[in-house]
Amino acid sequence: MVITGSSRGIGRHLAERFTDQGFHVYGCSRSGSELTVKDYTHFRLDVTDEEAVRAMLTSVRKREERLDVLINNAGCASMNHALLTPLKTIQRLMDVNYTATFLFSREGVKLMKRDSGRIVNLVSVAVPLKLEGEAAYASSKAAVITLTQILAREFADMNVTVNAIGPTPVDTDLISGVSREKLQKLLDRQAIKRMGRFEDVSNVVDFFIRPESDFITGQVIYLGGV
Amino acid sequence: MIDENVIRDIIFDAVDEINQGLEADERLEKTEEAILYGKGSRIDSLSLVNLIVAVEERLQDKLEVSVNLADERAMSQERSPFKTLGRLKNYTVALIAEILNE
Repeated sequence: MVITGSSRGIGRHLAERFTDQGFHVYGCSRSGSELTVKDYTHFRLDVTDEEAVRAMLTSVRKREERLDVLINNAGCASMNHALLTPLKTIQRLMDVNYTATFLFSREGVKLMKRDSGRIVNLVSVAVPLKLEGEAAYASSKAAVITLTQILAREFADMNVTVNAIGPTPVDTDLISGVSREKLQKLLDRQAIKRMGRFEDVSNVVDFFIRPESDFITGQVIYLGGV
Repeated sequence: MIDENVIRDIIFDAVDEINQGLEADERLEKTEEAILYGKGSRIDSLSLVNLIVAVEERLQDKLEVSVNLADERAMSQERSPFKTLGRLKNYTVALIAEILNE
């Protein structure tokens, strides 16, 4: 299994959970990882660096011969009014959230070897809620949703499913800059008005990757009733 | 300069792998004239993708070069490098020569 952005937050939780379940997890992030379990291998890389991504997946292929599951979790956020969003921020969000997901999916599916595979992309409730102040972030995640739906069709002949999960806010660094008031407003728009938990996310990932879910593809599941 | 025969053998080895998953009448012949897509091709687009991936893997494993065969240049060439096995071989040789000269 490959999990991008695995040093912190949701990615770290997923890495711990799936090593517990018997997967060997290959994770990556720009920083190092403090996760020291036996079945975890960490790569320090920038997920938007095509050569580095290819090199990581070549290592995975040489060690495992194939890849069963890819979780495109790496992401970054920025909250700002559109008028106050610099070009560099727009480009960085698209690169990390969308381009890296495309790159890892393109290279990852090559390792899935035609017989079966699962790709799970992390998107956001910011897309269906059309959150003000998140134009650049939500747009980059909207691109990931479209990518998910088209890859689901392109990879179907390879027996690879591609789905996405859209978490509500989960208490991670990604939302550390969001004010309490704004967060409450967001929660009020959910059917179930509470913060998301790591377990809520891994529960949906569990569902997407189980063998019985081989007829589920191109779907987006949002948490909290959004 | 990379030996063309080495690349041809790598490509033919990749063809063997792809052919294993195909019916007898779909299998690709191991000749440089074998057509990879369009009129006269025996394989579908998915098999072509699989072939390109299998060649890239072998280039990495046997020559330790990381090559993206379906790069911008390949996709924009008037004479597609993916039309026949021979053209694929020539394109691969040229690409590797460039990488080794860098």
